[in-house]
Amino acid sequence: MPGKLKVKIVAGRHLPVMDRASDLTDAFVEVKFGNTTFKTDVYLKSLNPQWNSEWFKFEVDDEDLQDEPLQITVLDHDTYSANDAIGKVYIDIDPLLYSEAATVISGWFPIYDTIHGIRGEINVVVKVDLFNDLNRFRQSSCGVKFFCTTSIPKCYRAVIIHGFVEELVVNEDPEYQWIDRIRTPRASNEARQRLISLMSGELQRKIGLKVLEMRGNAVVGYLQCFDLEGESGLVVRAIGTACTLDKLSSPAAFLPACNSPSKDMKEIPFNEDPNPNTHSSGPSTPLKNQTYSFSPSKSYSRQSSSSDTDLSLTPKTGMGSGSAGKEGGPFKALLRQQTQSALEQREFPFFTLTAFPPGFLVHVGGVVSARSVKLLDRIHNPDEPETRDAWWAEIRQEIKSHAKALGCHAVVGYSESTSICEEVCILSASGTAAVLNPRFLQDGTVESCLEQRLEENLPAGCGFCHIPYDELNMPFPAHLTYCYNCRKQKVPDVLFTTIDLPIDATVIGKGCLIQARLCRLKKKAQAEANATAISNLLPFMEYEVHTQLMNKLKLKGMNALFGLRIQITVGENMLMGLASATGVYLAALPTPGGIQIAGKTPNDGSYEQHVSHMQKKINDTIAKNKELYEINPPEISEEIIGSPIPEPRQRSRLLRSQSESSDEVTELDLSHGKKDAFVLEIDDTDAMEDVHSLLTDVPPPSGFYSCNTEIMPGINNWTSEIQMFTSVRVIRLSSLNLTNQALNKNFNDLCENLLKSLYFKLRSMIPCCLCHVNFTVSLPEDELIQVTVTAVAITFDKNQALQTTKTQVEKSLQRASTDNEELLQFPLELCSDSLPSHPFPPAKATSVDYSSFADRCSSWIELIKLKAQTIRRGSIKTTVTVEKASPMSEGNFRNRSAPPCANSTVGVVKMTPLSFIPGAKITKYLGIINMFFIRETTSLREEGGVSGFLHAFVAEVFAMVRAHVAALGGNAVVSYIMKQCVFMENPNKNQAQCLINVSGDAVIFVRESELEVVSSQPPTANCQSSCPGGDVTT
Amino acid sequence: MTNELDIFVGNTTLIDEDVYRLWLDGYSVNDAVALRVRSGILEQTGATAAVLQSDTMDHYRTFHMLERLLHAPPKLLHQLIFQIPPSRQALLIERYYAFDEAFVREVLGKKLSKGTKKDLDDISTKTGITLKSCRRQFDNFKRVFKVVEEMRGSLVDNIQQHFLLSDRLARDYAAIVFFANNRFETGKKKLQYLSFGDFAFCAELMIQNWTLGAVDSQVDDMDVDLDKEFLQDLKELKVLVADKDLLDLHKSLVCTALRGKLGVFSEMEANFKNLSRGLVNVAAKLTHNKDVRDLFVDLVEKFVEPCRSDHWALNDVRLFLNQYSASVHSLDGFRHQALWDRYMGTLRGCLLRLYHD
Repeated sequence: MPGKLKVKIVAGRHLPVMDRASDLTDAFVEVKFGNTTFKTDVYLKSLNPQWNSEWFKFEVDDEDLQDEPLQITVLDHDTYSANDAIGKVYIDIDPLLYSEAATVISGWFPIYDTIHGIRGEINVVVKVDLFNDLNRFRQSSCGVKFFCTTSIPKCYRAVIIHGFVEELVVNEDPEYQWIDRIRTPRASNEARQRLISLMSGELQRKIGLKVLEMRGNAVVGYLQCFDLEGESGLVVRAIGTACTLDKLSSPAAFLPACNSPSKDMKEIPFNEDPNPNTHSSGPSTPLKNQTYSFSPSKSYSRQSSSSDTDLSLTPKTGMGSGSAGKEGGPFKALLRQQTQSALEQREFPFFTLTAFPPGFLVHVGGVVSARSVKLLDRIHNPDEPETRDAWWAEIRQEIKSHAKALGCHAVVGYSESTSICEEVCILSASGTAAVLNPRFLQDGTVESCLEQRLEENLPAGCGFCHIPYDELNMPFPAHLTYCYNCRKQKVPDVLFTTIDLPIDATVIGKGCLIQARLCRLKKKAQAEANATAISNLLPFMEYEVHTQLMNKLKLKGMNALFGLRIQITVGENMLMGLASATGVYLAALPTPGGIQIAGKTPNDGSYEQHVSHMQKKINDTIAKNKELYEINPPEISEEIIGSPIPEPRQRSRLLRSQSESSDEVTELDLSHGKKDAFVLEIDDTDAMEDVHSLLTDVPPPSGFYSCNTEIMPGINNWTSEIQMFTSVRVIRLSSLNLTNQALNKNFNDLCENLLKSLYFKLRSMIPCCLCHVNFTVSLPEDELIQVTVTAVAITFDKNQALQTTKTQVEKSLQRASTDNEELLQFPLELCSDSLPSHPFPPAKATSVDYSSFADRCSSWIELIKLKAQTIRRGSIKTTVTVEKASPMSEGNFRNRSAPPCANSTVGVVKMTPLSFIPGAKITKYLGIINMFFIRETTSLREEGGVSGFLHAFVAEVFAMVRAHVAALGGNAVVSYIMKQCVFMENPNKNQAQCLINVSGDAVIFVRESELEVVSSQPPTANCQSSCPGGDVTT
Repeated sequence: MTNELDIFVGNTTLIDEDVYRLWLDGYSVNDAVALRVRSGILEQTGATAAVLQSDTMDHYRTFHMLERLLHAPPKLLHQLIFQIPPSRQALLIERYYAFDEAFVREVLGKKLSKGTKKDLDDISTKTGITLKSCRRQFDNFKRVFKVVEEMRGSLVDNIQQHFLLSDRLARDYAAIVFFANNRFETGKKKLQYLSFGDFAFCAELMIQNWTLGAVDSQVDDMDVDLDKEFLQDLKELKVLVADKDLLDLHKSLVCTALRGKLGVFSEMEANFKNLSRGLVNVAAKLTHNKDVRDLFVDLVEKFVEPCRSDHWALNDVRLFLNQYSASVHSLDGFRHQALWDRYMGTLRGCLLRLYHD
């Protein structure tokens, strides 16, 4: 009995009128935890009852504390009939279970009813007294911290990054139980809400146990999703990255001596599936042979009708290449050996992180993804998690092998998703194959100074681009060149990744959001026929999405994609593909070639004219984009550096492929100058459409930028104004003559119009950038397409002077390092000798001055801590009101007696999908927010139709998130994400239902302007380097 | 392809001031879109009409949801659903409760009942203000009236506390409530030249001096109802015109003092008795509700119009009224000096304000 939960019900306000006769309410409250219920007195005839109850005490196991939510129900007392429920509040008490987070939950919570929405507020105080429990066989995992943030949280240091944790729990969906036929929609919704809340708690506890087994103390990049499978059940699953985090304020944190990694790693059994490698586990995978697996080459290599440029263009001998070849080979092998020890024991060397501590990421191979189509009605034992576990294990295994094929031992930026339509389910997983620095995977305290000194001398910003695979034995055809930055290692011509842009990467110009959108009609079919049809379509969709991305990337004049997320959604009669990523120009990668238009029918004057006209348009667009995104890479004279890149050749002829066979095309010389041209054949209407759609994508209006990564590459000087928003659009397709083209156009227009609307709505924030733009597509019904967008608009200072000087300094540094080869040669030799003793591969390291930087940061953070504490002691409310006080309200309320309520206005809570708040420091993480709501209406028209209904619901969800954060003592939610927004309507019955699942990290932040007062040194230098990239994670 | 559903929800609720104004003015979404197009916003932003339509709809929906809260502004401050910075909250409230001069002149002094509400159609046609906007303004008047009608304490303070209005707007509402409660006639043709500001000015003076609150600040309705006892007492002033000696003495005192100082001295001298009779009779009649309602009509008829026809300058009126009130103190036979001051002090202020073209 290791915990005592104490709850006090203080008061209510703005309650709805429950008694029409008196226009008042006789309210009382039921407080329930587990199976224990307490009640307050009835507060007669008031809409603002003051219960001021005693402390209700629950004595419970910490296992229950983790699983169960606290349920508070507000009711209207009725002497003669049953008491009417006004609404409920669910409070997740998890944040109170670890010492560093919140100590009390206290505040006004919206009273929520699934039919009526928010109905007033209730003031509640919750506390937990935990007793130490030494039972080693305990089932709880109190104390493990959870973070949605996909990087090391700001006020922590990663001592060890242990690796992948996953868990999955299944239950019967209350909506599909027999009892649902006789109970009210409200009862059914509440049963569902409660169940999901319970399952989330259980899931989190189980994941926590796994983390404890790995001797970690936190989960970072925690992503929990639920799958509404329908008849076969309700699945809640989660993945995350187990870490040992160290609070930055505590100066010396020594790890327990027993923390030897190799021993621990062996102790990581995945309890549920001890042997997941056996895919062919009989009946559980009915569609085994139809499983479509996605090969890494498709996801990575360039696709074009001209096929890939042959490697013979790259001379295999030459000044630079020879040495690099000799060096690279054995070196890579050694590196592999090193990382192997750390990673091989892991079943899945996956990391859900998208941003990493400096030096963690050594090389990036490319995107790996796997998809598989499953039939839900074939699950042998639907109530047990085994089948789903096996499905996911299979997919993860595939991802792992793809990564291996790319010469990588790990997958970073890893995520999983599903799309369900009736009984068909597509499981998807994707990530970025990478080679990691084993230092972080083992005992973090062993850091030799030597390594750090080496790092200082190495070129920055290109290491991660260097290929991890063997160039002589490449897993797929690719065009390699020597790195444009260091000239030492090979790099591919384009790079696709699912992670954020590494902070030390050298980028030229700005980035932009790039989307590929695609629809494919599919015949309506049943069961296996349906699954087969989908499986057959998937590779084509992947291919086309990829081609679109590549075309658009070239059109922007860029050469790398970050934050790539490809979503395939299945509907009754179509499949939708939506890929979003942020395009950038990496200085280390070669300049992308243009796009060549090739016509098929020769000897037709007008046609040729048309082709050349199109070509001109494309060239103009590329030029315009280069200007727009400020992409002007420095011209590097090749002789000086002794480039191994082939001599510029004359373009032999304009390509006009006479044959459709791509084999023949490869024989043609496609090199466009030294650049590699990308050829589009417009020999059929399909391709014509493609070209058109390429050109119809309008750039954002001036003053706007957009990206789907954490921060916009090339913008550093954020100002403090942020606006997070969610926008939902549903279109109805005219069912007549649906063709793939019409569908594509509709979908494309939907997304483009949505973006245009966003730009228009946020025009007052110019200059600003839409960050973390997250599109989700769903197909709720036959002819409906739903697109949900969540993003944050951040203003920035137009004066970019600071930034440009910074890059110039960087560039000159690079120059210096490339010029001086001898300097480099030395550490390379040295390290190859000492490699066995130093697992860290210095040649690939970043040049961040790690130690001094860390010192500076931690001392800086000390200052913040101090200030934060003083501020909190003096009540954080005051700072909020000061910020809000406007001259207008001051003027208005001046001479007369102030309105009685002016002092108790609601404190502002910021919400953002990013892991940081511009212009502010996060001083404390208060715990994870993970909330699930259902809203239903039977009076859709009266509530303003579908738009009115959903608008109100989304606003209510925001309000409830803010209220919970405020009650924890926080003033912001970071890494906020709306994971699900399932909307169903039945206008004929005047009904609609919506389910929303959101999560994020509740935090306390302090404005930098408030901190500056205490800091004795001018903090500008530190801010500049630390706030935008969020790299204070040392 | 039609947009079945289209919403935008910000963590901070976006308020477009221009769209808010259009919404308050009662325009439909389509009219509002047309007006916005005409404002040249498409050219400025490069947006399309569809974008504008969607944006306008969205704002209208937000305003519609906010309207329930605006009916009780303190709720807007406490609610959790819409996160709005305080300056924006103040703007929303202030604009929502703002009213059109043309509209307020139509309903000022009328009973805020269903009957008047039915006449809003006519008012709308007459003033060119949309019916929707008329309804909002009327409902605002009525809501404020209902809330503060029977409250103790200062009227302006009460309005400010319950509706969080600016000082200026709260004073205006106090005047509206005061006029509605006392049903002062303001619609007569004679009174058309008067602005709402003129009436509001008079209302404030009357609230300060003639209501129950002027004598005792602890009574209910203190600022809305006139002090009945005071009105009864005003009959006593009749002696000033009924007693011929007193009237003659009063006149000679005023004439002696103003000789050579007034541009219209002879006219004043000739008209003194009429004017004095007018002013005192107005006071004596105030015991009847009917005559209270006609206060402004009477003042204009009995004082403003005669002076205006003789082309009195405003300064002449001021000198005259000052002297006229002050001279009563020298009338030995007159015992109601305090009453006279309470009456004339306010009336003098009102008359000076009402005296213009």
